[in-house]
Amino acid sequence: MAFSVDSAWYRWQRLGAPSQAPSEPTPLLPPGRDNPKLSLNKWRVVFPGSGRQWKDWKQASTFYSGNGIQTTKYTWFTFVPQNLFEQFHRLGNLCFFFLVVLSWFPQVEIFCRGVTLLPLVVVLLPSMIKDAVEDYRKHQYDKTINSSKTRVYDKEERAYVERCWKDVRVGDFVQLQCNETIPADILLLHSSDQSGICHLETANLDGETNLKQRRVVRGLPGQNALFEPEFFQSTITCEMPNNNLNKFQGYMEQPNDERVGFNIESLLLRGCTIRNTEVAVGIVIYAGHETKAMLNNNGPRYKRSRIERRMNVDIFLCVGLLFVMCLIGAVGHGIWTGTFSEHPPYDVPDEYGNFLSPALAGFYTFLTMIILLQTLIPISLYVSIELVKLGQVFLIHNDIDLYDEAADLPIQCRALNITEDLGQIQYIFSDKTGTLTENKMVFRRCTVDGIEFSHQENAKRLETHKELDLDDEDFTKLQPLTLPPPTVGRAGGAQQSPPGALRRCQSARARVQGHARSRSLGRRDSSQSQVAFSSTIEKDVTPDSRLLRRVREAALQTESLSPFIPTRTSTAFADFFLALAICNTVLVSTATEPRQRVTIPPPIKPPGITLEKIHQIFQRLKLASLSQSFSSSQSSSELGASFGARGPEEPLPALGSGDSSDRGDSGDRHDSSDRGDSGDSGDRRDSGDSTDMGPASLEEMLQSVSSSSLPPALCYEAESPDEAALVHAAQAYSFSLVSRTPERVTVRLPQGTLLTFDILHTLGFDSVRKRMSVVVRHPLTKEIVVYTKGADSVIMDLLEDSDGESFPCVLAEKRMKRIKEKTQKHLDLYARDGLRTLCIAKKVLNEDDFQKWANFRREAEAAIENREELLMETAQHLETKLTLLGATGIEDRLQDGVPDTIVALREAGIQIWVLTGDKQETAVNIAYSCKLLDQRDTVFTINTENKETCESLLDLTLEEVRKSYEWDKPRRKIFGIIPTAPEAPEAPGTEFGLVIDGKTLSLIFQGGLQEKFVALARRCRSVLCCRSTPLQKGMVVRLLRGQLRAMTLAIGDGANDVSMIQAADVGIGISGQEGMQAVMASDFAITRFKHLKKLLLVHGHWCYSRLAKMVIYFFYKNVSYVNLLFWYQFFCGFSGSTMIDYWQMIFFNLFFTSVPPILFGVLDKDVSAETLLGLPELYRNGQNSEIYNLSTFIITMLDAFYQSLICFFVPYLVYKDSDIDVFSFGNPINTISLLTILLHQALEMKTWTLSQLVAMMCSLGFYLVFSLIYNAVCLLCNPPSNPYWILERQLSEPTFYLLCLLTPPAALLPRFFISALRGTFGASLILKAQQIDKLPKGQRDLEMQKLRSRKATSGASPAPNDDLDQSIGHLCVSPFLHPAAAAVSQGHTEGQGLSSSAVSPLRRGTPEEGYCFYNRWAEEESAATDSSAGPFAPSRGTAPGQGSGQVPKDRDPRSSSGSHRRSVSAVTL
Amino acid sequence: MKNKTNFPSQEEETCPSRCPDNSAFKQQRLPAWKPQLDIVTVLSSFFLTGAFCLTVGVCLILSANSVREIQVDYSDKCSDCSKFRENSSNWNKECHCSVNFTLKEDILGDVFMYYGLQNFYQNHRRYMISRSDAQLLGRNVNIQRSYCAPFTTYKNGTPMAPCGAIANSMFNDTIDLFYNRNSSVIQVPLLKTGNSWWTDKNVKFRNPESYNLSSAFAGTARPPYWQKPVYLLDEGDERNTGYVNDDFIIWMRVSAFATFRNLYRRVRRIRHFADGLPAGNYTFQISYNFPVSKFKGRKHVILSTVVWSGGSNPFLGIAYVVSGTAATLAGFVITAIHLKLRKKKTYFQRQ
Repeated sequence: MAFSVDSAWYRWQRLGAPSQAPSEPTPLLPPGRDNPKLSLNKWRVVFPGSGRQWKDWKQASTFYSGNGIQTTKYTWFTFVPQNLFEQFHRLGNLCFFFLVVLSWFPQVEIFCRGVTLLPLVVVLLPSMIKDAVEDYRKHQYDKTINSSKTRVYDKEERAYVERCWKDVRVGDFVQLQCNETIPADILLLHSSDQSGICHLETANLDGETNLKQRRVVRGLPGQNALFEPEFFQSTITCEMPNNNLNKFQGYMEQPNDERVGFNIESLLLRGCTIRNTEVAVGIVIYAGHETKAMLNNNGPRYKRSRIERRMNVDIFLCVGLLFVMCLIGAVGHGIWTGTFSEHPPYDVPDEYGNFLSPALAGFYTFLTMIILLQTLIPISLYVSIELVKLGQVFLIHNDIDLYDEAADLPIQCRALNITEDLGQIQYIFSDKTGTLTENKMVFRRCTVDGIEFSHQENAKRLETHKELDLDDEDFTKLQPLTLPPPTVGRAGGAQQSPPGALRRCQSARARVQGHARSRSLGRRDSSQSQVAFSSTIEKDVTPDSRLLRRVREAALQTESLSPFIPTRTSTAFADFFLALAICNTVLVSTATEPRQRVTIPPPIKPPGITLEKIHQIFQRLKLASLSQSFSSSQSSSELGASFGARGPEEPLPALGSGDSSDRGDSGDRHDSSDRGDSGDSGDRRDSGDSTDMGPASLEEMLQSVSSSSLPPALCYEAESPDEAALVHAAQAYSFSLVSRTPERVTVRLPQGTLLTFDILHTLGFDSVRKRMSVVVRHPLTKEIVVYTKGADSVIMDLLEDSDGESFPCVLAEKRMKRIKEKTQKHLDLYARDGLRTLCIAKKVLNEDDFQKWANFRREAEAAIENREELLMETAQHLETKLTLLGATGIEDRLQDGVPDTIVALREAGIQIWVLTGDKQETAVNIAYSCKLLDQRDTVFTINTENKETCESLLDLTLEEVRKSYEWDKPRRKIFGIIPTAPEAPEAPGTEFGLVIDGKTLSLIFQGGLQEKFVALARRCRSVLCCRSTPLQKGMVVRLLRGQLRAMTLAIGDGANDVSMIQAADVGIGISGQEGMQAVMASDFAITRFKHLKKLLLVHGHWCYSRLAKMVIYFFYKNVSYVNLLFWYQFFCGFSGSTMIDYWQMIFFNLFFTSVPPILFGVLDKDVSAETLLGLPELYRNGQNSEIYNLSTFIITMLDAFYQSLICFFVPYLVYKDSDIDVFSFGNPINTISLLTILLHQALEMKTWTLSQLVAMMCSLGFYLVFSLIYNAVCLLCNPPSNPYWILERQLSEPTFYLLCLLTPPAALLPRFFISALRGTFGASLILKAQQIDKLPKGQRDLEMQKLRSRKATSGASPAPNDDLDQSIGHLCVSPFLHPAAAAVSQGHTEGQGLSSSAVSPLRRGTPEEGYCFYNRWAEEESAATDSSAGPFAPSRGTAPGQGSGQVPKDRDPRSSSGSHRRSVSAVTL
Repeated sequence: MKNKTNFPSQEEETCPSRCPDNSAFKQQRLPAWKPQLDIVTVLSSFFLTGAFCLTVGVCLILSANSVREIQVDYSDKCSDCSKFRENSSNWNKECHCSVNFTLKEDILGDVFMYYGLQNFYQNHRRYMISRSDAQLLGRNVNIQRSYCAPFTTYKNGTPMAPCGAIANSMFNDTIDLFYNRNSSVIQVPLLKTGNSWWTDKNVKFRNPESYNLSSAFAGTARPPYWQKPVYLLDEGDERNTGYVNDDFIIWMRVSAFATFRNLYRRVRRIRHFADGLPAGNYTFQISYNFPVSKFKGRKHVILSTVVWSGGSNPFLGIAYVVSGTAATLAGFVITAIHLKLRKKKTYFQRQ
């Protein structure tokens, strides 16, 4: 509708103003702008609601939706019909509705018509009430939202007046103040910020707490003047409302026909909060339901659990059964009727005295029987399951073990209906960063100029931190005491300040993040600290003393006019840290008032002479680096002196300041010391140089800075934690980032000087380029410098071959090479330690080049088509010929308890895959450290860019794996008496790991190699997919789900995991460092990876076993009860009679037997939590669906049949040939079957709590009381049937008691016998665990140990569902099955030949070492080809060359270390 | 979604910490009894059940064996009448026949006389519902709206009393028992009241209120198959006629199976029959009114005593014995397996 309105308006508007030829081509204009027909449907026109076009606006605004929202589904009048309509979408409900309708036909009517409605009502009513309550809440919420206030410009009063949100219209001008929530989608026209920036917190939309910048529409005239809506005459044309949060386009047509384009950068989205901007004014573009936020508001998603899917199959089976039974009834009745030659007196004709023909009678019987036996389909099951799941979710939610104290967050169960899936997981797909690791990036090491600085003290500090993490309650007390001597230097600063402040800050932040979904209507406490990505560990960086000395020395050497190499080093050092501080997108705010971002550049650029001086120094430095010439001057010596002066004063000055700057309250001290320093240097300068402005002015400036606009301690808000870590690292070396605006960035140098760089360009990070750059103009040298930071693999290739075109010195070139090599070595070292590596490089541009490039860039930005590619190209164009400055190693520490959790999960038979975008080396190392891979494992690495190679590698590996399985098989047959367990035991030690990279993965997906990959991967203990894109993550999960029909769980914390989380059966989000996107997409949100252990092993197991048992019990219950009626049909001529009164029948299912199973489903514990955690093996029970699968279903059905037979035929035979009447016969049957069903439940119940006992007793009691009352009171309640006084009479007959005593035990005898046998004979692990549970604690642990060790020796393997042999049989038809066959293949294709040749080293390698490591180093190829090149193309040419040099070469440095048994034989192809 | 998101913040205001309660219920640590099947409980339960069932079973069989019962099928012996009744034009003509039988030994105690029908599906659904309990309560109701159709009214609109197929097809043979003692024939005194449930007779069935019965049923007509109107069911006894007639009440209590018996008379224990029925020759004098041949049914007369456990049906006892045996056997099997496995020590056992 909105479309048509918009287009109509557009047309109208065009008619009104026909002279609308584009006066100037704007890049944002659509290409089809000249063709109105094309664009009509695409655009919305907004007239400002003030000034000249008021009339237009008034007409237009009536067409656009208002800002009032209504999220309710129903109104008062439509509630009942609409709700009913929606409920009947459920198949079950519809089916029962059909039955109700059916029962209104007199021919098939069994019971009183109203009675049949009851079950349906009982099912529909709770959902209806639930919906009503929910809707009412929504309504209340809408009301509060709609009536919240905002300030809208009023034409009459010529001022902003307060108005309700719902009264805001499209075209209104809205004035927003700081911390106000945005009422609609608003185009930003004015901001109090000088640069036209407005800061936005989007936590309500996407949960990201870092601030986003929005800017006023560029090119709007009169930017700096006070904004007067009165004079705003432009017409705005923009996109139709859509839900894309990241895209928005449009243009503004000014009265002079000039057009100004704008995009998402200028759009303030509804629901976000204005931060750090005093006043912003904008025009409403979309209102109410047309806002992007509302359009993105999808309801919670509905997932179906595996049990439910299984259940639906079984319900269909039940329907089949019902059909068969009804058919038997129909045929039986037809035949029975047909046997009479004459109509007997009991064959009653219809109203008109006509008799039914046998066929018609049969047909009616069929329908009657459907009504009669409808309970076979357990309608109450749906309701019960929902109740049970609510209970389960409640209990999970309240588990104190899953509560994270630091974050004050319990587990969040976002999906209510898949709790039991947690107990059946077979594959876990985990993200690495932030999931296995803390995602608290800690600066660990760096290499500058080829020299490595190991930061030993930093490492120690991290160790300390870990300890402190353990009991952070006592953190405040302990901290000063437990700090080991090496960090004594900080004590001076730290002791005075309460060190708990930061922890508090951190936890406060976490809480806020947990709440990020909450919509704060401007009432968010602005004092709440919300600092993204800064934790204590990140902030504290203990500088390496060596490096610190270097920095100092460098400065000294500069002063002492030493030879050029050290001088160059010194620049490298300075540049390195400058780059760390600048080359990022970190925003600065202050700790005391975190949301008050420091965007105002320091009020004065370092003034006068001082500035000059620094300028000179830098120029000199630069000269030194470029020309290796040096000039001595007074000022430089002064600089050196200032460096030197710091030295003697404090032994480790930067260390102290670095620390103190982080400790919130100690900021003053820090500043004062800074002031002291600068004062110091100022003095010196003063003494040495003539100054216009004395030191006093400088001091004054700094003071003013510290007192007003430059608050003491800085908080950095970064988009990624790496950036924050680097900035903090730079700060530790006294290069602190002080402020940042899009145009400027200010850094405080060690000397205390503030240096403000003009940012000319920021080339943001993207996953293709894997790097980011900033182009800045150096304030002193006026040079244009490009600082680039990125993945080592990328940066290393972009480095300049020779150092500087102006100085083609062989020596320098050599030196560069050496540095490069050294750095590479260090990088490898870092990677091996599991550090994330980043390379820092720089490049100096001359003005012309830059201008040229800038033009290109501008063009690219303005391009309409291929804009992305053009931008990419320009970025790549700039980032070449870089000079390496250094590299950093950032540690992402493993979370607490990760290895433990992984071991336990693996023991539980879950295969764990790690899908990460990270580097292979890092990922592998993390995998080893979190015990995902074992040192003894054989690890296959498949990296290739060629499809054939990939295929043959897969075959080869598969063959290798298969062989080891073959070895195991005979062993199993000899020693194992009976292959009891379904899982195939593997020989310990021959487990496999698979490492695969993103490129290979995409090959596999494109080349149709999925089956082979899956066949291989499922046999591997763990699989690592490195360098995989978010999309690939999702694809891998989908592949496993599709091919293996396995239950998958994906866990991740970032936006890149969303696709994976959504693809998996169970998605778990970690509410961690990277915003809330993962959490929003997830089904469960936890705070730590270790919580997964209890969530799966305990809650998963419980939920599964509870629900599975309950579901199967429901089926049993219904079948065994309904069959009683069915058996009776054989004795009443299949006429559809019942021997039980209908009310009692309905109540039987609804009340007498419903509460115990529900309580059972919520509360029963088959094994205690401790034992479940101690014996993860128990998880397999759920994984293999041992409780509820087809066979248990059938067995239960058979048992139900047996029990119903007993319950029917014992009374039948007892009362046969007696004067028993129908209902007197039915009554004992009803009672017996109630007793049987309850006793059956009692047998199933493993834990009897008081509530369960009471429920059981109540069920029985309720039955008796109800029946007694009903039988005593009801003479005419239910007309045709009349069970008056039946129970009372039977209670006086001994036969009744004798029956009730005999039948239930007889019915349950087989079940009891079998379960007794199971307990004695082939005891399952669950039973053993139950027995263990009963033992006293000490003995219990001992027994658990015993059991576990036995499992270990018997060889447990993680192959959950094992039809290996079969699948492997048809997969391995490759020519590499036998060495002989492999030798034959000579004239094969390259790929095959390549692989067959690879066989031989393997054959040799395997028996001796037992481990092999296929490594296809694709680097040679990748060097030659761009990442964008197709996967097939490149290796064609290179492969033969490589193939000829098949030398098994040990590329992995690990193997040479020999310290562990991770031996590797790599094949280089 | 938007709404849900609002809740946490509201919670936050009220409770600062979201730490779950450390209560036994929420942490699922409620004290509980965990029954375990260990060898002692299993074996004791099996053997105890077995012993109990066997004992009860033997008692029941013994008591069921003490029941004396004689059953006489008169559908063949009165074949003439049966044929006579097949012609529906003879519906109001009487047909009598007598059936002789010999009691070889005395039947002591209370003797009950039943009529038995075979293959009469009283439990047919449409038959079962064809009644109006409200009418039988003596209320003046519009039986058109009951389930009685098509036995509600005659074509002229006269309602049937009682309505419905059950009432219409009421068993209307009269059976008299004669004791042939030394060539003299003594009619055995039979009680025709007190055979139905007290509640039925006094609560569930009431005649319409009126000064006399015939006026109470004025304006109604007998059901088509009946030979006399309902208020003449027992002309001799005011309290046993109309709806409260015992035979009628018993017939209206729809029997559970196609082969069934209904209590017809009790032997009044006076004079010769004070101890029951003495051995000797007896004759049933039957007024054959109820046609069974069209549904291949049979009719019986049954004389039987009852014991505390019910009638002559020994099944309950047998069932007890069988269950007891099964339980005992199961117990032995488990003992055997247990003994065998205990030697092996391969399973975890509670010490």
